[in-house]
Amino acid sequence: MSRLFKTAGHLIRPALVLLAGLGLFLVIRAVIVPKDFGKYGHYRGASLGMISARPISYAGQDQCVLCHDDEAKVHSTGKHAGVRCEACHGALAKHADDPGANKPKLPDVANLCRRCHEKDAAKPKGFPQVDTVAHSQGILCNTCHQPHNPHL
Amino acid sequence: MDLSRRDLFKIGGKLLLLASAGATFDEIVGAAPPSEAYRTADHWWGMIIDIDKCIGCGSCVRACSEENHVPDGYFRTWVERYQVEEGKQPVVDSPKGAIDGFPPSTRADVKSFFVPKLCNQCAASPCVQVCPVGATFVSPDGVVLVDETYCLGCRYCIQACPYGCRYLHPEKHTVDKCTLCYHRITKGLTTACCENCPTGARQLVDFKDPKDPVHEFLRNNKVEVLKPYMATQAKVYYKDLDGAVR
Repeated sequence: MSRLFKTAGHLIRPALVLLAGLGLFLVIRAVIVPKDFGKYGHYRGASLGMISARPISYAGQDQCVLCHDDEAKVHSTGKHAGVRCEACHGALAKHADDPGANKPKLPDVANLCRRCHEKDAAKPKGFPQVDTVAHSQGILCNTCHQPHNPHL
Repeated sequence: MDLSRRDLFKIGGKLLLLASAGATFDEIVGAAPPSEAYRTADHWWGMIIDIDKCIGCGSCVRACSEENHVPDGYFRTWVERYQVEEGKQPVVDSPKGAIDGFPPSTRADVKSFFVPKLCNQCAASPCVQVCPVGATFVSPDGVVLVDETYCLGCRYCIQACPYGCRYLHPEKHTVDKCTLCYHRITKGLTTACCENCPTGARQLVDFKDPKDPVHEFLRNNKVEVLKPYMATQAKVYYKDLDGAVR
């Protein structure tokens, strides 16, 4: 019997080391795996809140209209009614938060209109397009056209 | 900074105390709690794209870059121009992702059109399946997101995405991709690309909202997702998608 124990010692000692290692692994795992990991799926639940808390750059047209109701009225009846304010005027969430401190810049008309309305065979056939060079020889579009409510 | 053995023990002791006091990972990282008004279970987000309305102006690309601080030369959304000639391979171009629009094409003799691309927000997403650490996932409201604090930057997901929608952020060294403007849609706003699309070619949709126009759109139009044979359960539906589009 005592001989058996003597031999078993070779097994018991590595088994103890293995158990200690396993225990250590479980302790470290419990410390470093976030508590909310697996709350919704195989990821850290709090990351949803972190991602949704990022700041916005574009305020959205609803914000613009709150103050600029006169422009909005002109804009809402024209061909550009579906084009939202910030598509031409740029990201203005900062301006909406503090209108005095963050003045918006005027749009770069020379490039702005061309991007949408330059003649391109790939554009939908019904979409109004012009060969800008032949059409106006570099004269800015808003010399003749009123961008908030254009008529052709 | 010089650290003595004593300082190290002090810091170690504090960390042990914090851990035993049950400080969560959130308290250490400083995560904001999800908004009270927004319930993830009430939404299932996707997008509908009407190819016949896209004019290739690149407003979506510029808006996305601005809203999400996308580094130069990388894109979360981009626009491709297809020129398809009978019996030939289609010619596809997308200069700088179309961030400045396209140089005009005069080839009226070929079939040509624009295709806006973005993450397809797959419900059975290959990128999520390969992530070894649980850093990328489909949120309960159906958006494929990346947890920057967990991503190792191993790039498995970049290879796995059949649509080429992911990139390694050159400064953060973690994977970045379209979040469907998760920080906007959870606040009741639309995505930056949809907000700025002048023709309404792209529209954010919520499949769980019975009043959403998507239901009528899917009923009345012939739609297709990109690469349906990949069985990714993509949720970006294209109207009148040409067979040449990959």
